[in-house]
Amino acid sequence: MRHQGGLIQRVIQTIRGSRGILAGLMVAAGLFALPSFGLAADAAPAVATEYRDIPGIGSRNIVWVIAQLHLLLAGFVLGVPIFAWLCEVVGWKSGEKRYDKLAKEFTKLLTSSYATTALFGGILLFLLIAFYPKLMNYLTDIFFPSFIFYCILFLLETATLYLYWYGWDAMQDGGKKTFHIFLGFLLNLFAFFIMIVPNSWATFQASPVVIAEGTDLQRAWAATWNPTWWPVNIHRLIANVVLGGYICGAYAGIRYLAARNAEERDHYDWMGYVGNFIGVFGLLPLPFAGYWLMREIYQYNQQMGITLMGGFLSWLFILQAMLIGVLFLGSNYYFWLGITHRIPGSEGQYKKPIMAMLVILLLCLGVWMTPHSLVASLEEARKMGGTHHPLLGVFGVMSAKMTVANLMILVTFMSFIMYWRAGKQETATWAKVARAVMGAVLVIAALAVIVLGVWGYFVPAIIRINYFSTSQVLIVLFVMLTITPLTALLLKSARTTTEMVWGRMPPRAGYALVLNAVMVILLMTLMGYARSSSRVHWHIYGVMRDSSQYAFSPALGYAAAFMALNTFLFCMLVAFIFWVATMGDKGKAGYGGGAKGELPHGMPAMAGGSQSLSKLKG
Amino acid sequence: MGGSLGKPIILVAIIYLLLKFVVPNIPGSAPLPSSLIFLYLMLTTSGIVIFATLSGESKDAFWGPIQRFMTGENIGGLQMLRYGVLILFPLLVGWQTYSSTAPSDQPPAENRTIHPAPPGEYTGLSNPVAKTPDNIMQGKGFYAAFCSPCHGGQFDGKGPAARGFNPPPANFSDPTTIAMLQESYLFWRIKKGGVGLPIEGMPWKSAMPRWEVELPDEWIWKIIMGEYDGAHQSPRTWE
Repeated sequence: MRHQGGLIQRVIQTIRGSRGILAGLMVAAGLFALPSFGLAADAAPAVATEYRDIPGIGSRNIVWVIAQLHLLLAGFVLGVPIFAWLCEVVGWKSGEKRYDKLAKEFTKLLTSSYATTALFGGILLFLLIAFYPKLMNYLTDIFFPSFIFYCILFLLETATLYLYWYGWDAMQDGGKKTFHIFLGFLLNLFAFFIMIVPNSWATFQASPVVIAEGTDLQRAWAATWNPTWWPVNIHRLIANVVLGGYICGAYAGIRYLAARNAEERDHYDWMGYVGNFIGVFGLLPLPFAGYWLMREIYQYNQQMGITLMGGFLSWLFILQAMLIGVLFLGSNYYFWLGITHRIPGSEGQYKKPIMAMLVILLLCLGVWMTPHSLVASLEEARKMGGTHHPLLGVFGVMSAKMTVANLMILVTFMSFIMYWRAGKQETATWAKVARAVMGAVLVIAALAVIVLGVWGYFVPAIIRINYFSTSQVLIVLFVMLTITPLTALLLKSARTTTEMVWGRMPPRAGYALVLNAVMVILLMTLMGYARSSSRVHWHIYGVMRDSSQYAFSPALGYAAAFMALNTFLFCMLVAFIFWVATMGDKGKAGYGGGAKGELPHGMPAMAGGSQSLSKLKG
Repeated sequence: MGGSLGKPIILVAIIYLLLKFVVPNIPGSAPLPSSLIFLYLMLTTSGIVIFATLSGESKDAFWGPIQRFMTGENIGGLQMLRYGVLILFPLLVGWQTYSSTAPSDQPPAENRTIHPAPPGEYTGLSNPVAKTPDNIMQGKGFYAAFCSPCHGGQFDGKGPAARGFNPPPANFSDPTTIAMLQESYLFWRIKKGGVGLPIEGMPWKSAMPRWEVELPDEWIWKIIMGEYDGAHQSPRTWE
């Protein structure tokens, strides 16, 4: 004690000697030590942090934008390899080099988008961990085995993509090409699993299956195989093809509009056609997949089903009808423009069928867009006797919607068939019979779809859902599976009366392709909001409640603004990526030099149809 | 102005007249709200633009007169009309903007969610009462006593008291009402009534009484059976 007392006295004496300096040092130390209060609070918190936020912007808004951008990029990156690979296979089997070139161009877009997708995935993960630690802890606890599996998949996918892209030119012949095709297959296989693994995390949040006992693997597997996992997997797989197809179409459309020589115009006109075809090809089964998904959601939980289809989110489905309607109209418009511009002299021949198809599409769209509860003023509602119109109110339910969706699919399919047959004369002896059979199949199918649709009002819902709607889908599929091979057989021996001329499409065709892509992106942002919001105030439906300050569903107008923002940001992002990706091509092509000089008076090229181009061609 | 432009204008006018004056006069119909008329007219216009721009010739025939008129190129005696349009159109837009934003004593258009999602505790329920002829008959009896004054003896929403309500009571014989719903949904709506509607059911325009204070649950389940049977409808099920 004496020793200690002596020490204290010495310290006091020293302080007296250099009071001013020490006081300053203490103040400085105190100031430097201030953050340690915060750190100490973080190090030993009384309660674990559940949420973090960035005031002003809001954690939910940030996650909303980043998640949507990641999802859109991922949809593109996972959708493109499917048809890039198919194009390569077609080129390989048919020996037509242009398919191989197209497949390579698609893959070029893919490689440039891949890193950005991963980047946004990483940002999303960091944000989720930072903003929602409690939720992420819970999900990690359940899905830890699938996190590991996902990482392995990602490594495999990346390695395969590198080999596939960088080995393209080196693996062009013989056995090497076969190996390259195999690499493309592997790429798609890994991509499929990369899609379905995170789907399990997202669908678990909507329709959780939680088992208390079992190993980590068993719990993860049970949570993965939840009721909406496969419907979402199928729906997303098809939607990714649609998104990829239309974005590639838009890319081709823009390149077509900016084309500076006939070769480019021909190529990008053809690429635009392929992109639109792929988009339509995916669009035809997409409503079926969506219907299945909604059915599973409704069956899983009535509350969630009604929130989506009859509750406050039901207005989104009217918007969805409008967007899908524009997409159907845009895709058909592009087909019809193709007939009238690529096949000279066919305009008069196909005018009437095109008008008939357009009228059917518009009538169907009118039914699809008619809400069950109408937006009406008080006076209008009084006159109607409520917000249901006594006559047109019948268009507002699923029986009508399913019927017109099927009819629109049939019309779009026939648009394609008409395009396929245009400029050709069937020479087979049985051609007349085949045409009669196809006509009869089409008419009977359309009538059957309508009859089932009307009958659907008079049977119990389960009969309509399980049998009538399914039958309508099967009838449409039957038409496609009957008419497609019959047409192919007919055209095998057909004589070409008018050669298809590429590169003559008017500029509005290019704009139509861009419009279609924007519609698909808007559609995905819309339904992304619907899917997330259907959980209402739950992080994990019925299991973990959202107790943050954002535990409310954003108003539809607010949400629509975010959808528009996300669509805009994604378009800008894709435009930037494609611009960067095609910089090298422009350099190689020597732009700014001779190519420009080919144009009369240095004017920007009108993509097909312009007089100046006709002169050039002539 | 050319026939190519005249035909679309006539077509839009015909569609408008049909929607405004013909459809409402079809037996069993009613006037269409302006939102729906606007929607159908937009569709018609889109169709016209699509069809008119399919070929270069049809596009020129369609846009040419509009373009010439707007630019005043070789329009001869229509020059005054052009000035009129150029002056009137912005004024029309201005008037539309003013009238849609100016304070008004009219209530805003309704965006009511008629079928809001039920609370979680009602979603998994199934009718505990056996579906026997006796129970159905008993349910119809309860319906006649408690529900038919508003929802009607014929289950068509036209009971003697129905005229006093806006919105009117639901028409159960319409295949787009109770046939779309599960029995548990009806149980919730009958039990909790208009006052039990959730936030998303705003503006809570339902005069449905809260029957849980009057009727035991078993009676409500029987009423539901009676309703479906009397309206010749079936509840939504998954089996």
